[in-house]
Amino acid sequence: MSALRVHVAGIGLWSAELAGFAAFRAWLDGAPPAPPGARPTAAALSPNERRRAPESVLLAAEVAGQAVAMSGLDAAELACVFASAHGDQVITDYLCATLAQEPTALSPTRFHNSVHNAPVGYWTIATGCRAPSTAVCAGRTSFGAGLLEATAQALAGQQPVLLVAADGPGQGPLATMTGCATAFACALVLTPQPDAHTLATLHVRLEPGEASMPSEALMKGWPHDNASAAALPLLARLARAGGACRLPAAERLVLDVHTEPTA
Amino acid sequence: MCHPIAPLAVSAYTASSALGLGLDAQLVALRAEEGALRPNDFSSAPLPCWIGRVEGVEAAPLPPALAAWECRNNRLAWLALAQDGFLARVRAAREHYGAARVAVLLGTSTASIGATEEGYRRLDADGRLPADLRREAIHTPHSLAAFVAAALALEGPCLTISTACSSSAKVFASAERLLRLGLADAALVGGVDTLCDSVLFGFNALELVSPSPCRPFDRDRDGISIGEAAGFALLERAEAAPRAPRLLGYGESSDAYHMSTPHPEGLGAAQAMQAALASAGLPPAQVDYVNLHGTASRKNDEVEASLLARLFPDGTRASSTKGYTGHTLGAAGILEAAFALLAIEHGLVPGNLGAATPDPVCGPHFAWRSEVRRVDVALSNSFGFGGNNACLAFARSPT
Repeated sequence: MSALRVHVAGIGLWSAELAGFAAFRAWLDGAPPAPPGARPTAAALSPNERRRAPESVLLAAEVAGQAVAMSGLDAAELACVFASAHGDQVITDYLCATLAQEPTALSPTRFHNSVHNAPVGYWTIATGCRAPSTAVCAGRTSFGAGLLEATAQALAGQQPVLLVAADGPGQGPLATMTGCATAFACALVLTPQPDAHTLATLHVRLEPGEASMPSEALMKGWPHDNASAAALPLLARLARAGGACRLPAAERLVLDVHTEPTA
Repeated sequence: MCHPIAPLAVSAYTASSALGLGLDAQLVALRAEEGALRPNDFSSAPLPCWIGRVEGVEAAPLPPALAAWECRNNRLAWLALAQDGFLARVRAAREHYGAARVAVLLGTSTASIGATEEGYRRLDADGRLPADLRREAIHTPHSLAAFVAAALALEGPCLTISTACSSSAKVFASAERLLRLGLADAALVGGVDTLCDSVLFGFNALELVSPSPCRPFDRDRDGISIGEAAGFALLERAEAAPRAPRLLGYGESSDAYHMSTPHPEGLGAAQAMQAALASAGLPPAQVDYVNLHGTASRKNDEVEASLLARLFPDGTRASSTKGYTGHTLGAAGILEAAFALLAIEHGLVPGNLGAATPDPVCGPHFAWRSEVRRVDVALSNSFGFGGNNACLAFARSPT
């Protein structure tokens, strides 16, 4: 298979340590972490939506907003691929605990916020986006599988695509199963053709290979328990001089991604 | 996606629902206009409503080698895969193309959350999930696709799409893109959702569940009945199966309106249907049958009936089949895609079961009774929470 080629026009990032891609780049250059507030700002949402939205929505909307602003594109026109290995674990824990104790007391709002596509739903409502939108997962390979889906949409549809990968911390009995105790989210705006905002070009090749979380030095101190953080090797190459990395995309498939920064 | 695509072959398909296991059971019930809703005997606490429950799931454990994946959702997946010779077709595709060239793209809304719910009902003295349910593989929304890929030894791209009630329709679109770009040579698509407390009590909390069997497009309809189902299809390039029915096109859109209420003029739904027609290269007059989303909620049916009248000439037939099976949520896309394919293969327009007094908003398109007639082109609508819409276009093989 020849490599697929897509262009990165915007990048977003949020973790407990770093509030954006610029902070990530500074951190790579040796600056100390600059922890943002406990909750992401999610400026794309109206104050009302921000108040009502669960954490999973704020996290996704935060990085989506960062990436779209950098891309110079109109959020209303962007197809959306939102990936999350576990969805909103806090809500799942609430649902299961309430159902076990008093099922008829279930909150209708928390139920409709529990669907895996709640973040992308809130995002399309907030931005007036009627383009196709999807919510996906693939366990610990969710980022790679989401990147593949977003790349396929950008190239097959010749349309720009917003990719978001976001996972938050779990709680309750469920958290021991998911093992995810941290928040990490990132976003990429991918375009089929280069434009004035292009930051880098990705050459993506699908290859057989075992899915293992990236183990390079960069990952030290980062949340290994968070499937969305599997994007870090790619984000690091986007932040610096480019280069190759391998991202798990399915149990026996990896994406070999070569990042070529725009000169 | 508005330019015509190269049609794909639907080289095999199967579906199981409250109507029974496999395609014959579906066809017999649709022909006879016999639904399978029954009073709720599933939820862990009483809830007066009607459900579409698949018989026999409790008595059909997974084979010992797959025991780590044990849960109701994967059981129903395994039961459904075993129908209609489907497993053999998948194995043949794996041998022909190689395991890494067959994608697994499945839709589900709640996956195996029923097992997580059960774990929370049976926490041990330390507040942990009970030992028999301490299996990471089933407490994740990816449990279905991971199970199917592992059970069938498929090693291509593997993705769960979870966009509520459009989930297992959108997998067809993802598959078409992967095949077109050469990232796979075949795709196993479909979806499974099973009954669980989350959806029964959740939709009840939203006041969207009817106390009686659901009545899609009835003047007095008062909500949905929830069901469970599983369905799968094998997609390949058209030349690989010249006589198989075709996936002609698809449309996807977002309402950008509300998390749990459809857009009042159906803007997003119309956009998905028009995109499906455009990608199929079809004028509306060529559509013989539309399987409607038709949930029996007040709002959906009103919006969808108006849309039908606006977009299609009187000759197009239409019906909802949710009166037979209930709303099977994340499995509705594949189940109703299978009904659209059955309509084409067997010349049957399923009657819109449950509507005793049609809503006056319904035009002449509605097949209130099942009709025997040739169907060359059929659409299937699936609209989900969060304003997530999909429409699929299928056709008879041209040869």
